[in-house]
Amino acid sequence: MKPRTVHDKSLIADLPRLALLSLLGILFLMPYLWMISVSLKPMDEVWRASMSLIPENFAIAKNYGRVFREVPIGRYLLNGVIVCFGILAFQLAFAIPAGYALAKLRFRGRDTLFVFVMLGLLIPAHVPAIPLYIGLAQTGLLNSYAALIAPSTISVFAIFMFRQFFRAMPDELIQAARMDGLGEWSIVWRIVLPNAWPAATAFAIFSVVAHWNDLFWPLIAVSGKGELATPALGVIYFRTEEAGDDFGALMAAATLTTIPLVAAFLFAQRRFVEGITMTGLKG
Amino acid sequence: MSDLALSHAAALPAPAADRAGTGEALAAWLLSLPAIIAFVVMLLLPTAAVVAIAFTDYELGARSLRFVGLANFAELLEDRGFVTSFRNTAFFVAVTTPVSLFGGLGLAMLIEGGTRGRAVFRAVFFLPVVSLMVAMATAFQYMFHPTIGPVNAVLRTLGLVGPNWLGSSDSVMWTLAIIGIWEQIGFNMVLFLAGLTAIPRDLYAAAEIDGVRSAWSRFVTVTWPLLGPTTLFVLTITMIRSLRVFEIVATLTQGGPNKASEVLLYTMYSEAFTFFRMGYSAAITVVFLIAVVVLMLLQTRLLDRRVHYG
Repeated sequence: MKPRTVHDKSLIADLPRLALLSLLGILFLMPYLWMISVSLKPMDEVWRASMSLIPENFAIAKNYGRVFREVPIGRYLLNGVIVCFGILAFQLAFAIPAGYALAKLRFRGRDTLFVFVMLGLLIPAHVPAIPLYIGLAQTGLLNSYAALIAPSTISVFAIFMFRQFFRAMPDELIQAARMDGLGEWSIVWRIVLPNAWPAATAFAIFSVVAHWNDLFWPLIAVSGKGELATPALGVIYFRTEEAGDDFGALMAAATLTTIPLVAAFLFAQRRFVEGITMTGLKG
Repeated sequence: MSDLALSHAAALPAPAADRAGTGEALAAWLLSLPAIIAFVVMLLLPTAAVVAIAFTDYELGARSLRFVGLANFAELLEDRGFVTSFRNTAFFVAVTTPVSLFGGLGLAMLIEGGTRGRAVFRAVFFLPVVSLMVAMATAFQYMFHPTIGPVNAVLRTLGLVGPNWLGSSDSVMWTLAIIGIWEQIGFNMVLFLAGLTAIPRDLYAAAEIDGVRSAWSRFVTVTWPLLGPTTLFVLTITMIRSLRVFEIVATLTQGGPNKASEVLLYTMYSEAFTFFRMGYSAAITVVFLIAVVVLMLLQTRLLDRRVHYG
């Protein structure tokens, strides 16, 4: 950023650019602004085709109250947390040792294993859904946290990413640990993992964002009244079964389920952007 | 990779290498075992199974299944629903990809064009990437509501009559594409921002000495060629992401009205989990998988060439 200060324009010269970006930015934020605005409005104002963002009368208690009364929104959010962190814990526990083995250990079959990793990268999560559903149905595991978590426990991308990351780690570090008598298992968790935090954080953000927002798999794995619904599924239930035309309450529910991740993002923007671009590259 | 392993092994005295080798191999397999098991159970076998099921008439709850060869795929070609679904998905990809690609590039250039407000604008446009799409889709449903939505209200003040955005089969795919663009543009912007910062500053200085003055010719001679690999990457990534459109359709239209917004993943979902026609749905999954794999291979091919070229 510093070398460019020479090219810094005066504020006046910069104004057209800022104006254009601000205009586009406001256009971009419109869905959020309307979501919040409608969640504050009483029914009659919602149904009046007005363009005012600020309500004449506030109906916060009514709209949000209805959501809290009729929707176990806390439960949905908690489910989201349980599912996301359950998935993340397994993904890291599986991918870190495998990534280390592929990066730093010599063994026959390593190249073959790596070919499978590359093959796995080609398969979107939607592809194995039908057999996974059939399998879970036959084992009676549908409608459980296990059904929500299990299919995502393996992230081929995480293995690939940790392998790339560990390859850049100096071999001497690992050799020294071996000299000290550490076994491979302890090396992974005591030497490699503490050095893997940047990659682990980036992947964690990507994984949590992806699974918090996922609708496809929860829609398949969970049915019934929604004890186990994740936030995305919760909004769908409320929309189709309870809310009807009560846009105010619907937008209140939408606001409440959008806030956690958006707030986290605003707190740690840089990390989020890095994390998602570094890992979200998978597409 | 094998050369590396060889040179390592050669550096060690043979017997020691052997002993260390077996121990190391054992440790490597043990460390990989949990991942291998999960990979086989959750990804490899189900993917193989879905391909196998695509050649059967399996229906959930049915006692038996029959091998039907390519019958499901033949039926796909004749099924108006599937053909519509395929065409809609192609339309969605064809509209969202170029707009969110060039839009992302434009935003990145605008943000890079000065030093003021970078962090704020970056955050604003990136916001959709972390937002719960199901919730945002319901916000869009209100925005695009034909009578009470602000979009048509704005059009009315301009003396225009807005369409029934999500409710009419003529406009529904366009509306979904607008939402898709909104969802993807910020992600592409960040990728382009990374690509832009990787361009060495002195190239611009050199271009200036060579008589490149205007912003446009600077863009054409330096920025655009050097963004080549980034652009190809963004292109394929965006196409794959668009191909996977599901959330907004499942939330807003469920494929309606009159199947006008059926897309591959939604058709696959409803065939399998509403009508329980697993075999048929598996065939759709195979088509989807082939499309994704083709795009990914295309990307690696093209990117490889570009990288060597550059």
